[in-house]
Amino acid sequence: MNNKNSLLIVDDEAIVRDSLSKWFREDGYTIGLAENAAAALRQLQAGHWDVILLDIKMPGMDGMELQQRIREIEPSATIIFITAHASVDTAVQALKNGAFDYVTKPIDPDHLSHLVANALKQRALSNENLQLKERFTEFFKGDEIIGDSPQMKKVFDLIQTVAATDTTVMIRGESGSGKELIARAIHSNSQRKYFPIVTVNCGALAEGILESELFGHERGAFTGAQYRRKGKIELSDGGTLFLDEVGNIDMKTQMDLLRVLETKQFTRVGGNDIIKVDFRIICATNKDIEKAITDGSFREDLYYRLNVFTIVVPPIRERKTDIPILANYFMRKYAQTMGRAITGISPDAMDVLVRYDWPGNVRELENAIERAMVVGKPPAIQMDDLPFQLTEKKKKSRTGSLSDMERDHIEGILEQNNWNISRSAEVLQIDRVTLYNKIGKYGLKKGS
Amino acid sequence: MTNAIHILNASVLAAVDLMTIVRPVTDVFGHPAELEPASLNVAMAYDNTRRQYNSTALLAQILKRRGTSGGKSITVVDVDLYIPVLTFVFGEAQFSGEAAIVSTHRLRNQFYGMPRNDGLLVGRLSKEIIHELGHTFGLYHCRQFECVMRSSTYVEEIDLKHAVPCPACQDMIRKQNNTQEYLTGKNP
Repeated sequence: MNNKNSLLIVDDEAIVRDSLSKWFREDGYTIGLAENAAAALRQLQAGHWDVILLDIKMPGMDGMELQQRIREIEPSATIIFITAHASVDTAVQALKNGAFDYVTKPIDPDHLSHLVANALKQRALSNENLQLKERFTEFFKGDEIIGDSPQMKKVFDLIQTVAATDTTVMIRGESGSGKELIARAIHSNSQRKYFPIVTVNCGALAEGILESELFGHERGAFTGAQYRRKGKIELSDGGTLFLDEVGNIDMKTQMDLLRVLETKQFTRVGGNDIIKVDFRIICATNKDIEKAITDGSFREDLYYRLNVFTIVVPPIRERKTDIPILANYFMRKYAQTMGRAITGISPDAMDVLVRYDWPGNVRELENAIERAMVVGKPPAIQMDDLPFQLTEKKKKSRTGSLSDMERDHIEGILEQNNWNISRSAEVLQIDRVTLYNKIGKYGLKKGS
Repeated sequence: MTNAIHILNASVLAAVDLMTIVRPVTDVFGHPAELEPASLNVAMAYDNTRRQYNSTALLAQILKRRGTSGGKSITVVDVDLYIPVLTFVFGEAQFSGEAAIVSTHRLRNQFYGMPRNDGLLVGRLSKEIIHELGHTFGLYHCRQFECVMRSSTYVEEIDLKHAVPCPACQDMIRKQNNTQEYLTGKNP
């Protein structure tokens, strides 16, 4: 076993140094010897040692004091104390100061071999963990928040500013604008990045279920609660709780949530035990919360708790310069995942993409590119591959009224289905007669 | 013969029992092994507190006695061996050196409250002799479970391994021998 690991043996007794060095040399370790603290410190400054075997009682600076000095030079040093003078107090103190273990001479050879092997294994795992954390950090630097527009540069600055703090953040923006990605970017650049970010989609859950989802429940708390369940708040301990669509939370849960935010403690539904938690809140909404406060459907005190630092994600129509960057990014992403040889977007198709207003924002753009990657042919996405056709008429007709939107939508579906009435009616989930009536009402014609 | 391996019997074991070890040692190391009677002053290495014998002190005595005679030697003793920092050792060797020592004390079944088994004792001793001699040939402990060079801190572990080195360790011995022959001009 030609071992690449190194051991530094620090002991004032030559016979102990010799015995240990012989023993470990047969395992192939690189051995360093030091007869006192000064020699040990010289060895540490000269090179790196995987494990340090340290005698406690030595003339001059003793092992305990030397341990402190070693930590100053190499904080991650793995130290095993070896002593002839066993005392529980000393052992406890050594372990409190961060020693890996403590053994008394004479040592069982099997114990010593396993001890050093375990120390090395733990050290290797710690190193691997650090490397993975580094890689994890690098990975999140290149996440999917893409944009070069002044608006997005401002958003990036805000993320950078707020990430380092523990402040509650409210992210506002239209549906599909990437609010969750912003929340993840804040979390992954924060001190809490090694703990989870737990997402709760408040809009998707009914009143009672949301309460249980957030706070968890005890066994028998309600019909069907057969087991104790931890809530999302408990799961986010140490990390970040991301409340998506926070504007949709019912009044009772708003009150409970406010209490948790103020006290950082709660009880599970049907439980009495107080659970303390440490988490950061990031919330997102596409609703006009101020209007909801006026209407009385959102608590003003909760609003002030949540709205400490606001990041507004601009809709894609307000940052058209980002559309080509995003479109090309999604094109490359799907080319890779689908294994397609499409390497570009034709100028006509790109023009359509830039001119379109994208009511569904980045999510809609991504879906459009994904679809185009499926139906398109290499080497580039063409205008016909896109799921819509922009016409001047459509643009002009967009006044925002319900009837205009209905007409645009019906016209779009008819065009997508090549004016096949049965198929279009099926997509629209109306009968054919109703569709004919709508076509007549809005004066829609094929090719107009 | 300069390159012979001397198995020096300073134990109570009969020469006829140890003769079975000569052949495997010769085969593994590629040098003729010779069994010789020997005596050792073990009393000088006795530790009254531990009631054990310091193997390093005994090894020093062996080296002093053998002077400059060539080859490698391993001395078989019956006493309980230790090195100061450990509770016991089965044996000790001079790494890439000339001498080693091995004890039958903890290889005997009776030590563990089991019935006497001379065949098992000789088998264990054979493995430990090859193991310690392996260190004198510059071999480190091996990770292969059945290799004779695997580190054993329990007698059960000795029973699990074979009396021969794994191919990689055997190859190391071959290389050592080739280097030695080259240096001594036998195979220039």
